[in-house]
Amino acid sequence: MSATARPFPEAAHDALRDAQLRSNLFVATQTIRDKRNQVVGELSDWEELREAGRAIKADVLANLDRYLLQFEQAVADAGGQVHWAADAGEANQVVLDVARAHGVTELVKVKSLTTDEIGLNAALEAGGVSAIETDLAELILQLGGDWSSHILVPAIHRNRTEIRDIFRATIADDALSDDPGELAEASRTYLRERFLTARMAVSGANFGVAETGTVCVVESEGNGRMCTTLPPVLVTILGIEKLIPSFADLEVFLQLLPRSSTGERMNPYTSLWTGVNAADGPQEFHVVLLDAGRTNALADTVGRQALHCIRCSACLNVCPVYSRTGGQAYGSIYPGPIGAILTPLLYGVEHAPTLPFASSLCGACYEVCPVKIDIPSVLLHLRAKAVESAGKPSLTMAAAGWLFGGRRRFAAAQRLGRLAQRPLIRAGKIRRLPPPLDAWTRTRDLRPLAGESFREWWERRG
Amino acid sequence: MSGSRELILERVRRALADAPLAPESPRDYRRAGTLSPVARTELFYERVCDYRAEARRVRAGELPVAITEVFAARGAQRVCVPNDIASEWRVDGVNFVDDEELSWEELDHIDGVLTGCTLAIAETGTIVLSAGAGEGRRAITLIPDLHVCVIEERQIVETVPEAMTLLTELGAQRRPLTFISGPSATSDIELNRVEGVHGPRNLVVLIEESA
Amino acid sequence: MRVALFITCISDSLTPEVGRSTVEVLERLGHEVVFPPEQTCCGQMHLNSGYREEADRLGERFMRIFDGFDTIVAPSSSCVGTMRELHPELHGRLFEFSELLVTRLGVTDVGASFPHRVAYHATCHSLRLTAIGDAPLRLLDAVAGLERVELSEERECCGFGGTFAIENADTSTAMVIDKCAEIAASGAGVVTAVDSSCLMQIGGRLSREGAAVRTMHLAEILNQTAA
Ligand code: SF4
Repeated sequence: MSATARPFPEAAHDALRDAQLRSNLFVATQTIRDKRNQVVGELSDWEELREAGRAIKADVLANLDRYLLQFEQAVADAGGQVHWAADAGEANQVVLDVARAHGVTELVKVKSLTTDEIGLNAALEAGGVSAIETDLAELILQLGGDWSSHILVPAIHRNRTEIRDIFRATIADDALSDDPGELAEASRTYLRERFLTARMAVSGANFGVAETGTVCVVESEGNGRMCTTLPPVLVTILGIEKLIPSFADLEVFLQLLPRSSTGERMNPYTSLWTGVNAADGPQEFHVVLLDAGRTNALADTVGRQALHCIRCSACLNVCPVYSRTGGQAYGSIYPGPIGAILTPLLYGVEHAPTLPFASSLCGACYEVCPVKIDIPSVLLHLRAKAVESAGKPSLTMAAAGWLFGGRRRFAAAQRLGRLAQRPLIRAGKIRRLPPPLDAWTRTRDLRPLAGESFREWWERRG
Repeated sequence: MSGSRELILERVRRALADAPLAPESPRDYRRAGTLSPVARTELFYERVCDYRAEARRVRAGELPVAITEVFAARGAQRVCVPNDIASEWRVDGVNFVDDEELSWEELDHIDGVLTGCTLAIAETGTIVLSAGAGEGRRAITLIPDLHVCVIEERQIVETVPEAMTLLTELGAQRRPLTFISGPSATSDIELNRVEGVHGPRNLVVLIEESA
Repeated sequence: MRVALFITCISDSLTPEVGRSTVEVLERLGHEVVFPPEQTCCGQMHLNSGYREEADRLGERFMRIFDGFDTIVAPSSSCVGTMRELHPELHGRLFEFSELLVTRLGVTDVGASFPHRVAYHATCHSLRLTAIGDAPLRLLDAVAGLERVELSEERECCGFGGTFAIENADTSTAMVIDKCAEIAASGAGVVTAVDSSCLMQIGGRLSREGAAVRTMHLAEILNQTAA
């Protein structure tokens, strides 16, 4: 992936001008927010579930080596094959090798952030294998030559007319209307034939159970079931952080995830399978355990909690920044508050130095996160790292630090400021300031420094 | 890649050099439900309907009538069933096709499928299949467009933890599990919920009162 | 009770009336207010901008200056929340102004009178970091003549966020424009909050839009009396 994208403020500037994007996003984020609040409100033990989810994930990370080995053994015992991929290239190679071993040139794929992250489709294409996205939103993106703007609803920035036009140009004829039902039907017809004849599928997964080697995929449309059940060969790419210790732990996450993500009590389909079952499903099953930066994040003692993330996208929907700029401004597969911490943690803060600053630190993300990732604290931690890695501390901040270092300096600065601002004041307001403060005054007035500071008043009062 | 295995494990161990503590995970959430059997069935019924599946409550002994009606109402004539289905479910007027290694293509030309299930969860309106008796392979409840699922009232539990406690044993046996909560759906187009994408577009749940 | 005032660098320089009101309300209620003159800034700005060392130094400075005071008040939930997070020993010692009145001193009616339509903007840090709950609302509801109106997205950020307002000015502006629209729709004549920084953002935009709505810190409203 290209982690070193445009600086966030620049990308956001463009995104904010896209009126269509903003209104789509606004409706979408508000709708999911409301649904989420309603179904979360139904559970009297939501906080206890969150705490359990957080603690289970913390346990997984603290003992990750042990759980990985346990998972590997359990999958192997159940007839599956386990591969380890230190980086994206290795993971892609495993998939390509499996495809080649079976002479497969076309495979079906379930939406998966992990496979997007490693650029699997492009790697397969280069190796002569085409991957067909089967999730409706991903299909829309794939056919439209576009990329995702939301973890959960990747085509959130496309409205129905745009989707109709994409479909007309690719998989349907001009009779297709923009009715959502008809659009879904068009994708069903197009994909069904491919599901029934596909010889190989690739999926991501939501959870891997260390104890049993079970893999869990949570979805809505049924394409996940199609891909993980029908083709004779299945490869699942699993980030090493996706493990949970025991089968019973699913009782926590299967409550937290659907309510936080789609705002449903339970998503339509959840599939769990363990290795190969002679009477049911694929007869060849591979799991690829993927690092690709996860151990970098793990080594960061403050930031490692970002690996708790179960990709529910609740933090995106409540984020006042994300809900205005959309996901593409983040220049990463992982947008929104979680993206602002995960991207720098995976790839190094020097590759995404503006992301930790793309937040007003309002804390709404932490409040909704089902596994209690303290995103604001990690943002602060990464800001410090970003400043450190830039190696050239800002003069302004250093000067301010010095001014605040003593009462007399501070009082003198207040007096000096009052003098300096005089020519800038019009009718009691400052409407224009020189750079960099013009960023404020371009859109907002500023109150001048008071004629008498509080401390002067206090002294005068005696 | 065998070198990668050692490399990743080594990176993990190095990353955890500060030996983070992971105390026992607290599990103070609700495990058992509190509803009476009658209220539990009622809740399950409501929640299934909420997800726009069709649910019907059927008196003990009246299941054959209900099955006949459901398939007749949809004009479903050829219906796939797992071989080991209860014989009283094989009602007259429907052409039951036993699943003897039917191909995907054949399943695609079947009008519907009739199965039982392992258990159901009231709070979430979920049915769980585990490829057990009367449930068949996963593909038969996936490819046909109509799935009629029979649930005995006593198979309903109230909470997700209660369900997982019962399923843990099946998980250990490596049985594939499928949780179904309403018909398949997508909200990918302007967040409009559209029922029925790739799974069965019609899900009918018959809740049989326990005798 | 003897209460030490931490005025905050913003209020000291930009909105001294907030400090004056804080002092006057507390004195009216019979408390003694002291102002340790060595104080400057708690370091939050540095912390939020990634300057941890400076922030720590300023935080330590704060701790030294306020050492020996059992009760400290600041008219800013943001500074209070940050300091309490960094120095947990400040819990039960350092209070946001409305929190001091309602939780510590048990007062909701401070004898104020303010016959205006007022919208309360719950700032992010007052909601989530300092968690002052409904203390400001209880105080406002006890003010004679005050009519309180609600904002439609009352839990949504105004877009200030310290240097965020400058570094991400476009996003920050998009946020405050929406907030101002909510305020206009509420029919309020005055918008209030417990943080001067957020009011500077909202007020700055209202002023640029030529809106007739005024911003006032909660302390100022509580300092309005009928006389
Ligand atoms: S960080 Fe938390 S809220 Fe955000 S996507 Fe991950 S789990 Fe969900």
